[in-house]
Amino acid sequence: MDALDGNAIGGLLHEVFGTEMTAAAAMCAACGATRPVAECVVYLDAPGVVVRCRSCGSVLMVVIRGRDRNCVDLRGLAAIEAR
Amino acid sequence: MAGTALRGRLTWQNAKVAAVIRQTARAVTIVLDVPGWPGQRAGQHLDVRLTAEDGYRAERSYSIASAPGEPVAITVERLDDGEVSPYLTDELRAGDTLEVRGPIGGYFVWDPGKDRGPLLLVAGGSGIVPLRSILRHRERTGSTAPARLLYSSRSLAEVIYRDELDNDGAGVTVVYTLTRSQPPGWTGHAGRVDAALLAEVAWPVDGEPLAFVCGPTSFVETAAQDLVELGYQPGRVKTERFGATGGR
Repeated sequence: MDALDGNAIGGLLHEVFGTEMTAAAAMCAACGATRPVAECVVYLDAPGVVVRCRSCGSVLMVVIRGRDRNCVDLRGLAAIEAR
Repeated sequence: MAGTALRGRLTWQNAKVAAVIRQTARAVTIVLDVPGWPGQRAGQHLDVRLTAEDGYRAERSYSIASAPGEPVAITVERLDDGEVSPYLTDELRAGDTLEVRGPIGGYFVWDPGKDRGPLLLVAGGSGIVPLRSILRHRERTGSTAPARLLYSSRSLAEVIYRDELDNDGAGVTVVYTLTRSQPPGWTGHAGRVDAALLAEVAWPVDGEPLAFVCGPTSFVETAAQDLVELGYQPGRVKTERFGATGGR
């Protein structure tokens, strides 16, 4: 499976959060590393969209897309700061 | 900075195909007429959604090829086993309708009013597309930031926007490297982008250059790491990965 980066889910995250999120700073709950969402590792077909920390590999976010809803798991994020 | 245009919902809307311009045997530029389009920033992308007769949908992201202030256009390279790109490159005609949403992205963008320093642009294959938007924006805004583009392509025939890049104006240097085949008499670089080529082409770090690297995932990761090892600040090496195939 091709690893992409957070740029690839700019549209999806805008749908979920209601604003531009690729430049937002995401802090990993496991290792504390903070970097822009755009630099995180993204798997589009995992199943679901899986976002992992580029420093330690922990799962930061999972988005399961349904026909009319998105289920979002953010347990791996300590914080996310939109600019 | 984000501005009100980026706030609020991102909605799918119908765009009319104004023109389809062939760039190479595998790549076309699709000019779109999108009602109410808020305007793009240099480096952004948009999402395209195709819906089959049975309701099956496929979505892909494509970088915007045109500069801010120009009609929105994407450049798409055909992936032979792709679900979406062969339709866009081979079937789509002017007058057709496409479902799109955008513009998208606030990280891989260049703003000449805010981003200082010489520009280093590193493209692998169709990774040239958002960098072309940046170069056009630089030209249109009269930016004096000097720019160097290092563009890796499999062959000269697969170089997208070649005429335009060969005629870039003052302050822009374009360096090609051809990885698979070189035409007879080729005096440019051959082979993949590596640390030695980057050391030769990249701006010295003391001028605080800003780098944008776009292309296949492994290409981007290697080039970005090489730049950091040359002394580039990680925060000034912006990256966008297209996956293993070099197209999204």
